[in-house]
Amino acid sequence: MGQSLNYLKETPSQTAGPYVHIGLAPGAAGFDIYDRELGWDIAGPNAKGERIRVEGLVIDGTGSPIKDVMLEAWQANADGNYAHPEGGGDVEEGFRGWGRVITDFETGAWGFDTVKPGAVMGRSGKLMAPHINLWIVARGINIGLNTRMYFDDEAGANAKDPVINLIEWENRRSTLIARRSEREGQAVYRFDIRVQGENETVFFDI
Amino acid sequence: MTQPAEYYQRDRGRHPPAYTPAYKTSVARSPRYSLISLEQSASEVTGPVFGHNDVAALDHDLIKNYAKNGDPIGERIIVHGRVLDENARPVPNTLVEIWQANAGGRYRHKKDTYLAPIDPNFGGCGRTITDENGYYAFRTVKPGAYPWRNMVNNWRPAHIHVSVFGASFCQRLITQLYFEGDPLIPLCPIVQTIPDPDAIDQLTAKLDMNATIPLDTIAYRFDIVLRGRRSTLFENRLEGN
Ligand SMILES: [Fe+2]
Repeated sequence: MGQSLNYLKETPSQTAGPYVHIGLAPGAAGFDIYDRELGWDIAGPNAKGERIRVEGLVIDGTGSPIKDVMLEAWQANADGNYAHPEGGGDVEEGFRGWGRVITDFETGAWGFDTVKPGAVMGRSGKLMAPHINLWIVARGINIGLNTRMYFDDEAGANAKDPVINLIEWENRRSTLIARRSEREGQAVYRFDIRVQGENETVFFDI
Repeated sequence: MTQPAEYYQRDRGRHPPAYTPAYKTSVARSPRYSLISLEQSASEVTGPVFGHNDVAALDHDLIKNYAKNGDPIGERIIVHGRVLDENARPVPNTLVEIWQANAGGRYRHKKDTYLAPIDPNFGGCGRTITDENGYYAFRTVKPGAYPWRNMVNNWRPAHIHVSVFGASFCQRLITQLYFEGDPLIPLCPIVQTIPDPDAIDQLTAKLDMNATIPLDTIAYRFDIVLRGRRSTLFENRLEGN
């Protein structure tokens, strides 16, 4: 026996269960308790850049939408800075870059409004294409799933993105790309997440 | 170009795997391909910052935060502890959120139809920000066990759901707190998704008589450990690609 290292061990994960909304989005659970729920306003009123909407479904291995998901989004502002001491620079007053969204109990549809993030400085000075980091929890998901959503109108930046290029199977890279359309003059990006089955989304161990 | 100091690789053997057939809902909700391992960038080592303005004074007191005409029914308990990282350093100013069933095992949720009654004075959620020592405390009532559809006769042990942020998106964690001595713990397919008995023990809050308020409220201690971070010494190594 040598010396002992005395590191603590990370607390293990457990599923968020079907009633995650009580704790994290009580309004959706059907009651009013907090003065202010957290995570409903990602960008705030002063954020520069293009206002966008992001929508999708989370689909299980049978092809059905999952209707009790909570997603969290984490993104940079239009300049590519995160609202964090190590985020790369200043952000606008009121920009938090973090959001929480739940799926509709009947349809499984989810969506949030934000601004399109800028490119973010990655490791070794390699720029990462604009992206939104997502974390997905639900009943039946034992540990939260991390993925990234990129933008289909950033094809040049995506082609050089160091994370997309890390994915050995080129045919799986498209699972991370949201598709842009316009609705009543607003940019809407569609991003379906397939947790299992055909075109399974790429998830990351971060 | 300096790299951000990375968080220690997550010990996936201590967490439940995605596919755990005895917990049936996981079967169609578990990815089949391996996770792609990422070296951390700003996207992973940053995360949302919360402050005391984000929570109100009663948010951590589930006995009072939804009380309409009295206190909720149930055993009055304090759940308290520290949020630490794997280096045993406190994680200050981080958001801790909890949710739970009432003393009868019923959630205040429009999708919960269990026959135990709703308690008019109990909401079932709370939140707080850790202090400079990583300390947090909630006051609540002990949740009841409840049945759930998996096998026909599965019961969840009494538990409180816990959500923690830490300082970065890669530390984000949701888990469940169990209570020392509960005979349902070894029978629960959700608990048993965790392969390591020592890790299950880590989710089991301990009776803490020293923190109990005599003639008033019994206390349980529950420390939470988030991923630790490497120090920034010797950061001149070259990238592999
Ligand atoms: Fe539960």
